[in-house]
Amino acid sequence: MTNLASRHKDEIWRRVAIVTPYLWLLVFFLAPFAIILKISLADPVIAQPPFTPTFDKQGGLSVSVDNFRFLLTDKLYAITYLRSVLMAGATTVFCLSLGFAMAYGIARSKPSTRNLLLLLIVLPFWISFLLRVYAWMGLMNTYGVINNVLMWLGAIDKPVRLMYTDFAVFVGMVYSYLPFMILPLYASLERMDMNLIEAAQDLGASRARAFWDITWPLARPGVIAGCLLVFIPAMGEYVIPYLLGGPESLLIGRVLFDEFLVNRDWPLASAVAIVLLLLLVVPIALLQRYRVRDQETAA
Amino acid sequence: MNRQSRFIMSMLVFGYSFLFVPLILVVVYSFNDSSIATIWGGFSTRWYGELFRNEQILSAAYLSLRIAITSATAATVLGTMAGLVLARFGRFKGRTLFSGMITAPMVMPEVITGLSLLLLFVTLQQLTGWPGQRGFSTIAIAHTTFSMAYVAIIVQSRLIAMDESLEEAAMDLGGKPLQVVFDITLPLIAPAMIAGWLLSFTLSLDDLVIASFVSGPGSSTLPMYIFSKVKLGVSPDINALATLIIVVVSLGVAIAWIVARKSTKA
Amino acid sequence: MKNFIHLKGVGKNFGDFVAVDDVDLTVAQGELFCILGGSGCGKTTLLRMLAGFEIPTTGTIEIDGVDITQQPPYDRPVNMMFQSFALFPHMSVARNIAYGLRKEGVTKPEISKRVDAMLELVQLADFGKRKPEQLSGGQRQRVALARALIKRPKVLLLDEPLAALDKKLRERTQFELINIQYELGITFIVVTHDQEEAMTLATRIAVMDKGRFQQVGTPKEVYEFPSNKFVANFIGTINTFDGIVTKVLDDQIEVYSDEAGTSLRALGKQLVEVSQKIEIAVRPEKIFISKEKPKDSDDVCIQGTVDDLGYLGNRSLYRIRLESGKIVQVSSQNRRRSITRFLEWEDNVWISWRASSAVILLD
Repeated sequence: MTNLASRHKDEIWRRVAIVTPYLWLLVFFLAPFAIILKISLADPVIAQPPFTPTFDKQGGLSVSVDNFRFLLTDKLYAITYLRSVLMAGATTVFCLSLGFAMAYGIARSKPSTRNLLLLLIVLPFWISFLLRVYAWMGLMNTYGVINNVLMWLGAIDKPVRLMYTDFAVFVGMVYSYLPFMILPLYASLERMDMNLIEAAQDLGASRARAFWDITWPLARPGVIAGCLLVFIPAMGEYVIPYLLGGPESLLIGRVLFDEFLVNRDWPLASAVAIVLLLLLVVPIALLQRYRVRDQETAA
Repeated sequence: MNRQSRFIMSMLVFGYSFLFVPLILVVVYSFNDSSIATIWGGFSTRWYGELFRNEQILSAAYLSLRIAITSATAATVLGTMAGLVLARFGRFKGRTLFSGMITAPMVMPEVITGLSLLLLFVTLQQLTGWPGQRGFSTIAIAHTTFSMAYVAIIVQSRLIAMDESLEEAAMDLGGKPLQVVFDITLPLIAPAMIAGWLLSFTLSLDDLVIASFVSGPGSSTLPMYIFSKVKLGVSPDINALATLIIVVVSLGVAIAWIVARKSTKA
Repeated sequence: MKNFIHLKGVGKNFGDFVAVDDVDLTVAQGELFCILGGSGCGKTTLLRMLAGFEIPTTGTIEIDGVDITQQPPYDRPVNMMFQSFALFPHMSVARNIAYGLRKEGVTKPEISKRVDAMLELVQLADFGKRKPEQLSGGQRQRVALARALIKRPKVLLLDEPLAALDKKLRERTQFELINIQYELGITFIVVTHDQEEAMTLATRIAVMDKGRFQQVGTPKEVYEFPSNKFVANFIGTINTFDGIVTKVLDDQIEVYSDEAGTSLRALGKQLVEVSQKIEIAVRPEKIFISKEKPKDSDDVCIQGTVDDLGYLGNRSLYRIRLESGKIVQVSSQNRRRSITRFLEWEDNVWISWRASSAVILLD
């Protein structure tokens, strides 16, 4: 009997451990998505809250797909989504090229310097994201450091416009997301046995061949994870386009934010969010799968 | 040095300067006497003085700290539970949904998380009257939700790396499951929990977008205040604030690194 | 023999996979019982069911007359020494050993008295304050043993107790284990993949494969009279000859083997019939090797050539090729000290063994 009783008590604690975080996530993570979906099917009204209820006073269902129709027909939105994909894509490609070389260099360095180099990659994570973006404002101003240096060098004779351009947004994005690329790349390169490359060269492969035949395939999990970790947040980025981009550099994160908090068109903003989520479903699912697999290999 | 390693070396130099020159310049310009932030007007520490006289910054910083400590603590409790469940509880009904919900907040774009949580709070208020006012509690809940994912992942990987027979041995010697958690599991995953807490704390202090969505009028976190200021351009007292943050973080990380190095050598 | 541990039809499935298949076993009090088998044979699952970490899918487990099948690990009168030792890294040696007593609610003075006695028993009297990471592999093993013994369990389970130690240490520790077991009179159940370990430690061995016990017996029985091919091949090396039974006599049978090129004889109690296909097996050390044909005609004699030879110090190994192409392994003691080799490659030799050395193997 004591057995049964004690087992029963354990069962309660087990339940508590499962149910507490589970409920939290159901309420604060999953339920909100249902609400977004619901509101995206409503019409905006000037009221508090600013959208029509899903069920009208007679209890009839009142939904409209007007918001989605608007998003699909309005050219501006199509262009904005496209620009976001292009910007996030360009950021990813550049981060990959620079990040791969850096991760490779870090993985190949002496163990003592390696830790310091890694620490320096992680350090920016702990410094405010906002302030790191802000740092570029001082650099790229019309009378900022970059222009001053270039003029002093004689490369240009009057300041060039850097701030409030797509280029500035691009630089800010690469700067902010580069560490996200380097860390997973480093993790997979560091795991790699460097003897493999020597073995390949010993068997007659050129340096370039050895890279494409050995290094690249083995680094691929890191490449995929790194690219997704950069691309996904870059797609929804708000701060960088707001601070560094001009009024014409429309990106979807910023449009969503403004639509919601400035125009107070909650239904449309919800629809924008849903379309953004649909665009990101595949990358997010890929990243999740990679994470699970990584956990399994670690175990 | 061959051609390949020269290329790698130059990329490293370029990459690290790219990452750190902007920060160094912010530190340098924080000592600029001129109120036009980009023109050097001589050395001065006056912006630091102004920073500490600025009531708005101080109250925003206080709110941010309170939120960060609360949400980091809640996230550590919930995330540790979730990590334990994922690593040690085997199969149970709804596990797939559970593990999906744990990791999804980490990869969700901030604008979507922020928007969805605000809509939730508005709906809840309509239905139940809570939260009457958005601010401290709503921001803390939002931060807890995405931070607990990070804690759960850190705790889970620590548990996976940990020999499960330690817990079995304790149970074999007469420890009841809950006792085993407190005697063995928690002490051994404490470093992971501390790391998770610190990360949650930083994430909370760092967040602008989600807080902007779920905060109400009158409650402004430090990033929200900074943002409202730098929207208008470079500002010398923000340089001073950034410098303080950079110095504190660098010192903290450096100390942690030295301690970790000593303990691995010993 | 009193049935101290009694397993009745115990089985365990993981999904479709049958890890342990309908095992029956009785172990007497004070036995040092070894479960021997390769990886994935089910031995660890069986041990974990005894410890309470797995609940059997079928069958019951009784210890000292009490059905413990459904009891959780913390209520069983059974303790376990883990393969990794599983010492709690954040506790000192003394606290590790005391853990079981603390959970039992024993008073502090009693705990420290018993911990000291236990440290004495495993010869670690001065190590109580150390952390596990400050100990050598052998010392850790003894702490793990002390921790598992302190609650005076009715049964001690040992999962690969010596696998983590190096070879020299392993040999010494084997005898220490036997001494401690003898001193305390606790029933030991040891799981191992190492047949030598099983042979030295055990009073009885169960050879396990595919979730079933293939043979249960004393080390001698299992080695000298393997009951099937798996056991014969798993324990030590053995030469086997396919053959057909030609004669069944009172106490022995005659078998014609193409591989051997001659008739072989073996002592046989098993039920075989004329013209049945069977295997005859002989251990390498039971075979004599000579350059001339041995005179004693009662022995089995076959001619062959030396295919390969190896010098191992205390003994030499030969691979002898028979006319049929069959290779026979022979092991012989190097009794004499000599710098020259007794045999060279391609020498013509005779191998021979007594009929009583051969074993009949059925599937």
